[in-house]
Amino acid sequence: MTKFSDLTRLPDARGHFGPYGGRFVSETLSFALEELEKAYLSLRDDPAFQAEFDRDLATYVGRPSPLYHAERWSRQLGGAQIWLKREDLNHTGAHKVNNTIGQALLAKKSGKPRVIAETGAGQHGVATATVAARLGLQCDVYMGAEDVERQKLNVYRMHLLGARVIPVESGSRTLKDAMNEALRDWVTNVDDTFYIIGTVAGPHPYPMLVRDFNAVVGREAREQSLAQIGRLPDALVACVGGGSNAMGLFYPFVEDEDVTMYGVEAGGDGVETGRHAAPLTAGAPRGVLHGNRTYLMSDEGGQVTDTHSISAGLDYPGVGPEHALWKDVGRVQYVAANDDKVLEAFRELTRMEGIMPALESAHALAHAKVLAPTMRPDQHIVVNLSGRGDKDILTVAKIDGVEF
Amino acid sequence: MNRIDQRFAALKEQGRTALIPYITAGDPAPAHTAGLMHALVEAGADIIELGVPFSDPMADGPVIQKACERALRHHTRLTDVFEMVREFRRGDAETPVVLMGYLNPIERFGYERFAEQAAAAGVDGVLAVDMPPEEADELAPLFKAQGLQSIFLVAPTTSRARAATICDHGEGYLYYVSLKGVTGAASLDVEAVGRQLDGLRELTQLPLCVGFGIRDGASAAAVGRVADGVIVGSALVSRIAEHAEQPERIPDALKRVLGEMRQALDA
Repeated sequence: MTKFSDLTRLPDARGHFGPYGGRFVSETLSFALEELEKAYLSLRDDPAFQAEFDRDLATYVGRPSPLYHAERWSRQLGGAQIWLKREDLNHTGAHKVNNTIGQALLAKKSGKPRVIAETGAGQHGVATATVAARLGLQCDVYMGAEDVERQKLNVYRMHLLGARVIPVESGSRTLKDAMNEALRDWVTNVDDTFYIIGTVAGPHPYPMLVRDFNAVVGREAREQSLAQIGRLPDALVACVGGGSNAMGLFYPFVEDEDVTMYGVEAGGDGVETGRHAAPLTAGAPRGVLHGNRTYLMSDEGGQVTDTHSISAGLDYPGVGPEHALWKDVGRVQYVAANDDKVLEAFRELTRMEGIMPALESAHALAHAKVLAPTMRPDQHIVVNLSGRGDKDILTVAKIDGVEF
Repeated sequence: MNRIDQRFAALKEQGRTALIPYITAGDPAPAHTAGLMHALVEAGADIIELGVPFSDPMADGPVIQKACERALRHHTRLTDVFEMVREFRRGDAETPVVLMGYLNPIERFGYERFAEQAAAAGVDGVLAVDMPPEEADELAPLFKAQGLQSIFLVAPTTSRARAATICDHGEGYLYYVSLKGVTGAASLDVEAVGRQLDGLRELTQLPLCVGFGIRDGASAAAVGRVADGVIVGSALVSRIAEHAEQPERIPDALKRVLGEMRQALDA
């Protein structure tokens, strides 16, 4: 028994992670969530289901993804060795596909002919459109109008895959509004529609099942560390918006007390400016949104506040409920990386290792850059390179003053 | 006895169906709300559902989303909503008021403080649409201690086992969501609603009120034949939206819509 071993037994039967999580939805959705929970719990321990999931991950996604030693960058930083978990090499270019493969299997078993999704950067939307194409399911993706603008390439990718992208004009026109609209769609079409949520948030059982499907990242990284480093790493670093890639990497290490974990939120212009998307770092209060209780950026009146980040995928005012608990019990340290440092890390990794990271993943790199020099060269950091940066080329070009 | 129970007891005696209008507090501006509540009572409202504006109203269609946005442009907060209820109560001690909205503003305000201040302002019941009974174990006792009733939703997708749980926890009345969808959605199937209500009556003595999809006298009367009450929201809120720039016209516009429903129900 280690200090953190009880963390692996959550959520409880009602979907709670301590005071967080739960199922805060309007009554119409309760039945669908109960059905989904029942279906998942029966399939989770079914060897045939697991075998199908593993086979898809191997032959369709291309798993396992490598653990790459960024030697040149590590040398330049002059401290710990940095290893990159290459989720960017997955089919569709990010960790998101691990979850959509899993949920698509559930959708297939449910017999529902249509799937919907919300997306921020578009990676989850692309991953959903991809599995929908493969299974012949109708697919509608909700995306904030601002994100449609800044992620045009992914929007067209989804279109090519046969999905319909529905721009959401309400509220702040970003990820949270896309999720509102997806929930409205689901409540209307719940009989024939499966909602593929892309992060470890939402009502129970989503935080649990999105975690479980992404945990393949951490299981592989753990084995690869033992094989390639000869021991477990000293630290893990991953970016946190809703928190699915961080959850996927961290979860299999939860009981390894000696492995320090850092979740890197979007600092935007700086947490002190208020223009950020870093609820955990900023000490946001508890709140309820999108079906779960968590730390949530809201004003004194309980209105959800606007967020800001250079990366659409982290531009979310809440965070998965399990992260909220991990903050409270001190299992993970949550920090923020500001937009300028993120861009610096993006450029540095591209130039020094020939790997162009997603701006989301560059948040994790920005913190690794801070962390590595404080450690010894015989220490090791595993960074989740959760996605590739092709989708962000236009954003970075714009910052460079280049128009196509 | 709570005002809601009193009102349903009286209606039962008179053989009448409850007419329950919804408006969003602070829409089009906070100064108008108490006056609009009086106008609704004049037009025949038996109970008023007063919406607490929220930035992310996930169960609502565009009409009520925009109402929230208008109210929030004036920074309408819970303390303002309580003030509106107090103002309404100065002229109306009888008509029950139910606050309807989402949990986060209540969570941020503090459960205990909310229950105390709501009761003190003259609120009679609370319906938090994203708080099913399973998540209400902290809040419900605090409401009870202050004499506030917890009102819950039942949907067409609710299983019989869940419906039984909801009936056990529910007070005041059950809000039956007539269709799958958000507020302001298409028209409803009265026969199907009637069958569902018959099933619910086997589980509870609570009055059964039906909302979603009621837009005029005809649909109100049709639902009124199978339900103990009809709830109307978007049909009223869209009138507020039409006249948001000339708010002096709103009371009469609301009275026309609600008055037609009252007449149809009482005919």
